[in-house]
Amino acid sequence: MKSCIDTIQDYGLRSIGIGERLLPKSDFTLCEQFTLIGSGMIWNIYFGLMALVTGYFLAVTLALGKSSSNRWARKPAEWFIFVFRGSPLFIQFFFAYFFFLSLKKSYPMFDMLTSAWAGALIVLFMNTAAYSAEIFYGALRTIPKGDVEAADAYGMSGWPRFRRIVWPTMMRLAWPAYTNEAIFLFHATTLVFFSAFPAWQQRGDALYYASYFADKTFNPFVPYPILAFYFILLTLTVVGVFGVINTRLNRHLPAERRAKMRFRLTLAR
Amino acid sequence: MFSYCADPDTLGTFRWFSCYLTNGVHLSFYMSFIKVLLLLFITAPVALAVGFGGAMATRAHLAPVRWLGEGYIAIMRGVPDIAFFLFFVIALDQAFEWTRHQVLCPEWTDPIRQGNDFLVCPAAKLPLGTAPEWVHQSYSFFLAVITFAIVFGAFAANVLRGGMRAVPHAQLETAAAYGMSRRQTFWRILVPQMWIYALPGLSNLWLILIKATPLLFLLGIEDIVYWAREIGGTKTSKFTSYPHDDWRMWYFLFLLVFYLSFTRISEILLEKLTVRLSHGQATTGGEALRKEAAA
Repeated sequence: MKSCIDTIQDYGLRSIGIGERLLPKSDFTLCEQFTLIGSGMIWNIYFGLMALVTGYFLAVTLALGKSSSNRWARKPAEWFIFVFRGSPLFIQFFFAYFFFLSLKKSYPMFDMLTSAWAGALIVLFMNTAAYSAEIFYGALRTIPKGDVEAADAYGMSGWPRFRRIVWPTMMRLAWPAYTNEAIFLFHATTLVFFSAFPAWQQRGDALYYASYFADKTFNPFVPYPILAFYFILLTLTVVGVFGVINTRLNRHLPAERRAKMRFRLTLAR
Repeated sequence: MFSYCADPDTLGTFRWFSCYLTNGVHLSFYMSFIKVLLLLFITAPVALAVGFGGAMATRAHLAPVRWLGEGYIAIMRGVPDIAFFLFFVIALDQAFEWTRHQVLCPEWTDPIRQGNDFLVCPAAKLPLGTAPEWVHQSYSFFLAVITFAIVFGAFAANVLRGGMRAVPHAQLETAAAYGMSRRQTFWRILVPQMWIYALPGLSNLWLILIKATPLLFLLGIEDIVYWAREIGGTKTSKFTSYPHDDWRMWYFLFLLVFYLSFTRISEILLEKLTVRLSHGQATTGGEALRKEAAA
């Protein structure tokens, strides 16, 4: 009988290939399930965090593009947003994987794109960029007219006006919805290993291990609640961190005008 | 399908494709689109009904009922919906079999959970071991519908709750002043007016539901994703008279386009519906329509 500490040492980092090579086969203890599913969360956090950080920049660019009066900037941004928001993420993963596969056949240097850490990340990056861009675009359109007029009156234009007036206000207005987007992005990361991307050497995410246990024990009532526990924890963390940033974004406003963190349950892919 | 399809090797490109795209497996592929549409049109009203129940529960006088409604909505927020799909498909199946087991085989003494197995008496199996293939298929489809309804019912409950809250309070007070009971106020005043407030959320939900249909694949149903993977893979001349390379990319591109057009058409139709429902409503949209008609 192994103690739980041993199990954590063996499987705590299993999802990134450190520790015991073989997954437990039978007589699963609660500790093993907790450890492995928790280890899988590393992937969910990796995908979510990386896509969020990189996607942010593309999202702001796309939002500016969509609100631009120049056709050549507006149309591509509109199409990009439409394609990624209008189709299921699940299908996007499948298409991207098979696309990368045929790319690899012609040009072997694209080898890494068929593995989840790079290929799925690219899809998530573009997907979250499209969803966030729509949020930022909405925020750009609701920036108070007076703010921009005041900037004009001070002789600000171009980059300084964007950097000091438009961008901070856009962030402040978009932040509650953007928090929501971040939560659902983390949820969407569970799709990666259920679409075509292979879990190399059984290094999968939290849902991959949860369904592994559910398949092996034919008992869904233990692994899925464990997964739910981890995700609720993750959601609360995201809400907490984004809440702190929200307070900072609103710090110059009188208390009653600050944007409240409302959560709408409207984004799923 | 066509008379010239007997020997595909000799055909030109156009004829080859006309034969290839109408062969047996492709017909199954097209049928699976109907499966997706069927799922959508069954699930949408069921989820709406479940959501209505959930939203009503959150307004209940009795605290435990209210907690149940709010807990149902809250838990769906915190946890990925895919996890629920994978969970409910096994859990519902086992719940049904367990219930039947208790009713049909009371004399059975062996434990149901034996190590890694879930064993019920043969009479309680769902579907019965002797049932024909279509029963098995429709049973898993039925499970999928319930799963979708539970998950999207929570989303719908949230939207409808918002709609109920948005109805101007003065309307309800007026109803009370006229001596209507709580129940009468709910059904005659609140429910007819809530839809226009709930419509943006419900439209969004419909688009989300469309985009969730490929997850049927995870529930073990032979849906469009399943067939696109099956048919698209490399085929050698040993197994089929239409050999081709790995075409899965093109099949998924087709699915992508299918979903894009489906969501676009839905968006246009929902836009029209919004205009229609705005008639005579005390909202900005309704006011704009009134002015337009008056001008």
